[in-house]
Amino acid sequence: MKKGILSKNFQLFVTIVLFLVLFLAGSLRYRGFFSAQVFLNLFIDNAYLIIIAVGLTFVLISGGIDISVASVVAFVGMLSAYLLQNGWNPYVVMLLMLLIGSTGGFLMGYIIHYFKIQPFIATLAGQFLYRGACFIISTTSIIIDNPVYTTIANYQIKLAPKAYISISVVIALLVVIAGTIMARFSKFGRAVYAVGGNEQSANLMGLPVGRIKVLVYVLSGFCAALGGIVFSFYTLSGYGLQNIGLEMDAIASSVIGGTLLTGGVGSVVGSMFGVLIQGIIQTIIIFQGNLSSWWTKVAVASLLCLFIVLQRIISANRDKFKRKMLNNA
Amino acid sequence: MENKEILLTMRKISKTFPGVKALNNVDFTLRKGEIHALLGENGAGKSTLIKVLTGVESMDGGQVTLEGKPIHVKSSQHAQTLGISTVYQEINLCGNLSVAENIFIGREPMAYGMIDWKMINKRAKELLNNLNVDIDVTKTLDSYPVAIQQMVAIARALDISAKVLILDEPTSSLDAAECKELFTVMRKLCNEGMGIIFVTHFLDQVYEVSDRITVLRNGELVGEYEAKSLPKVELIGKMIGKDYEQLQQIESAKKAHMENKESYLTCKNLTTEGNLKNLDLEVNKGEVLGLAGLLGSGRTETVRALFGADKILGGELSVKNTRIRNNKPITAIRKGMGYCSEDRKSEGIVGELTIRENIILALQAKKGMFRFIGKKEQTKISQQYIKLLDIKTPGCEQQIKNLSGGNQQKVLLARWLATNPELLMLDEPTRGIDVGTKAEIQKIVLELAEKGMSIIFISSEMDEMLRCCERMVVLNDKKKLGELSGNEKNEQVIMEMIAGGKSV
Amino acid sequence: MKKLTRNQIFWPLVALIVLLIYNAFFAKNFFKISVVDGHLYGNLIDILKNFAPLALLSIGMTLVIATGGVDISVGSVVAISGAIACSIIDGRLGIFNHSLVSALVSALLSGLACGLWNGFLVAKVKIQPMVATLILLTAGRGIAQLITKGKIVTINSAPMMKEYYFIGAGYLLGLPFALYIVIAFLFLVLLLVKRTAFGLFLQSLGINSKSSMLSGINVDRIKLVVYTISGFLASIAGILISSNIKGADCNNAGLFIELDAILSVAIGGNSLNGGKFMVQASIVGALFVQCLTTTVYALGVPPEAISLLKAIVIIVLCLFQSDSFRQRVFKGFKRSVKGADAA
Repeated sequence: MKKGILSKNFQLFVTIVLFLVLFLAGSLRYRGFFSAQVFLNLFIDNAYLIIIAVGLTFVLISGGIDISVASVVAFVGMLSAYLLQNGWNPYVVMLLMLLIGSTGGFLMGYIIHYFKIQPFIATLAGQFLYRGACFIISTTSIIIDNPVYTTIANYQIKLAPKAYISISVVIALLVVIAGTIMARFSKFGRAVYAVGGNEQSANLMGLPVGRIKVLVYVLSGFCAALGGIVFSFYTLSGYGLQNIGLEMDAIASSVIGGTLLTGGVGSVVGSMFGVLIQGIIQTIIIFQGNLSSWWTKVAVASLLCLFIVLQRIISANRDKFKRKMLNNA
Repeated sequence: MENKEILLTMRKISKTFPGVKALNNVDFTLRKGEIHALLGENGAGKSTLIKVLTGVESMDGGQVTLEGKPIHVKSSQHAQTLGISTVYQEINLCGNLSVAENIFIGREPMAYGMIDWKMINKRAKELLNNLNVDIDVTKTLDSYPVAIQQMVAIARALDISAKVLILDEPTSSLDAAECKELFTVMRKLCNEGMGIIFVTHFLDQVYEVSDRITVLRNGELVGEYEAKSLPKVELIGKMIGKDYEQLQQIESAKKAHMENKESYLTCKNLTTEGNLKNLDLEVNKGEVLGLAGLLGSGRTETVRALFGADKILGGELSVKNTRIRNNKPITAIRKGMGYCSEDRKSEGIVGELTIRENIILALQAKKGMFRFIGKKEQTKISQQYIKLLDIKTPGCEQQIKNLSGGNQQKVLLARWLATNPELLMLDEPTRGIDVGTKAEIQKIVLELAEKGMSIIFISSEMDEMLRCCERMVVLNDKKKLGELSGNEKNEQVIMEMIAGGKSV
Repeated sequence: MKKLTRNQIFWPLVALIVLLIYNAFFAKNFFKISVVDGHLYGNLIDILKNFAPLALLSIGMTLVIATGGVDISVGSVVAISGAIACSIIDGRLGIFNHSLVSALVSALLSGLACGLWNGFLVAKVKIQPMVATLILLTAGRGIAQLITKGKIVTINSAPMMKEYYFIGAGYLLGLPFALYIVIAFLFLVLLLVKRTAFGLFLQSLGINSKSSMLSGINVDRIKLVVYTISGFLASIAGILISSNIKGADCNNAGLFIELDAILSVAIGGNSLNGGKFMVQASIVGALFVQCLTTTVYALGVPPEAISLLKAIVIIVLCLFQSDSFRQRVFKGFKRSVKGADAA
């Protein structure tokens, strides 16, 4: 029984251990690394990415993919900056952004499911659309100086005398908790796993496959928009070329966190640790000082490669095991 | 038993697919507490009838009543809420979810707005215990063997508190002991008042467990019978119908060139990736060798190993006295072998390619990529085989997916004949094919053998095997039980061998 | 006529011609070609010059997509190859002494290596293509940066600069030299596809890889070859791009060009699920994409907004390729006809 649980969560386990090892290694190697604030900064700097990765994780578990998220972030930043400059109420702006993100997700999900268009292509169109729309608003960067936004951005929640987090971190953690509950304890969440595991079976078991597939993209669009709002707290500006390639970071986080890109397996917490691992690699490289920041990308890619091969080995072993069982039966 | 209350009736059910009348005014009645076998050859309309009943397909005409009330099943969800549950042949569950979850997904018990996992695991355990299965329900489904998965599927169907339970070929991947287990469960459920529709192609099992039998043929109802009062031979007659005689006409084709036994292929002590165990086999030139046994007995695994599709883990394989190591399909092809898989759709045809390209494929692979066969030559070769095998098509530039099953099978035969093989392995070459084409293919097989080609022939239909094969190797549980030739081989002996092999 | 419209290349060509006609009316001097410095000059010539890298990538991408895969790493390969070539010519690597030949050979070898790596992951380790190439996509720009030591390399003053510049931006017999490269590789690939059984095997395995394997086709080897070709062509594209700007910009060279390449393949009418393919049609697709870009420039729309147009093109194309969409639209049409009858 114990072994079963271990193997089921084996990848998550590896991810968390890896995170701890990296943190430990950094602490031993660099002076000033081992501090609460360095740890908390991982959350502060990556809050938006955690939020995006949560939404994307659901899409990946369902067996789909969403490469529009980075552009959604850019568009949300751009449009909210523009609207705020024109004197809109900041809360209305935030609500509107979430609505836009969800609606965009719904449209992509709809054409993916009902018109049988590959998720990659449909969300590619979404990516182009959002990105293009940014430049219709403006081709240059717009500053956000709305007092509500700047207050939220600068507010520090003190956890200890020398350790604080931002409001964004609270939002991100809430999203992670909500996502975990949704994945583990809601009918929708379990149905997402079922659809990703075997869509045809899920259909025959009476699950509303179409609705679930569309909803997953709505969720991803919502999270991307929320991530976009959090990101505009972080940068206090909007710019159309912001965050190019972010979708691949989010996907990589999920994979490092144990999500199978074939669908059916993955966890929200895992994806969060995936983001944190990328963050810690970056931090180590900054502490090292003399390394080009591009090593981050190379390191992340190597990890990605390692995890993907690990997944292959695990699933190949499982097949072998199944065959053995069949034979003995 | 006749007095039992009627549970479900289907009256004058019709369904037409483009070009095929799949069901034509079919009637079906299920009573409470009975096991009702639904029989028919492939293409008889069994699965269409089931699909109509479970809402996967809509019917064109007819009426369905459940407990006296007319119903219109719209979808499989709807069928489930009405109390009609199905366990399909291929297990339609999600391997990545836990056993318990597979039973309850979509209908999870909730507590405080969240899924109540404790309850799910507890009830799953109880349900499976009822079916005499005791396993850890929190493990993922794919960590269990198929037989257990089948039981989980049944448990799921039962929890929907089904009135009607449909079992579509549930035994095809179970061994004898597991079948027994399943039948006990089926009986138990019947005694609780459920009606069970049992679809299978194992006739012995029909007699073992069913009360009543309905036979379909070519989308029409042949009749409904009491299992006790219908002898097996008569049942087969009803399933095959008048075409039975047509099939017998080629009986005569047995020839007497048994003497020149020159060996083409031998394997010793073969153990493979497909779980074949210590198999010894010899194939002679110009003979039709049958591999007999039930589904999953190792028939397919044997030919796959010879053809290099499954890895050989131990033992020796030699063709014409040369040992073959590291066997791959291309090696086997160059050694003169050909293999028609039982799964025509996913392992045979290349759907969007033309008939010409499908025919030329293996020959081109045999020649290698750079010795390209020009288009003119390709057309010539394919037209030659279209004529030879009487493939019904407007031309060789048709996409193969547009052909009927029988003609697709002929194209696949042509693919291998074009490579001019010395050994042709045919796994269920006549499955799902109309009777006329079936007889044609059997005839072709015998003619080829006469010309000196060795053939390994596999079929689930014993008559066909007896008719075509000179010699038979009987397999069970991935092991060879023995060989039969000449007058020794008849259905009785083979069945007894398999039955005997099981008890060991 | 029916045969003509059924040809795969027909609709992409129509789209291209429509776009050109539009330009004839709305963009000034779009078709004007003059002779400057002994070579042809004008919007059309520009299109032919600038579409070369994309065309090369779309040739490779067509083959990869025919196997049912995808190669999203080509943009990164472009960056790597450009970085290697320019760094050698610039001399910052301290090897090969500014030699043009070794620069080109090293760049091409890097492309081959990247392609082999992708092919290895897909064919041997059996990783989904999208994921397998995601690795190199993520790492590639980092590797390129490491080669250039994080700088943008400009080769304006390097000894072999002129020769290198000629490859991507020079003219031969009045036409861009890059165009000849595209034609040469198109010819070579067509030779491979049409004059050997490679094309047949490729289609076959893209449609049904199990059947193909059982027919004796070495599925893994063909996949390996296809990804290698894609990587190799990407490295040539990288050379063209870096030569055209006389330098290697690891951040921006070939950024998102993989998406344009996929788009070109799709516009060419090739199914993204693999199987039947037509390399020429993808080239027309690439031409269309480039033409669209130039049109946008000519119209004075902010060039960044071009992605908006691309999005619209993708949506329209995909919807028309989608059976269920056509069915729905057609059904709706039929229903309204029926309704009209009843009335």
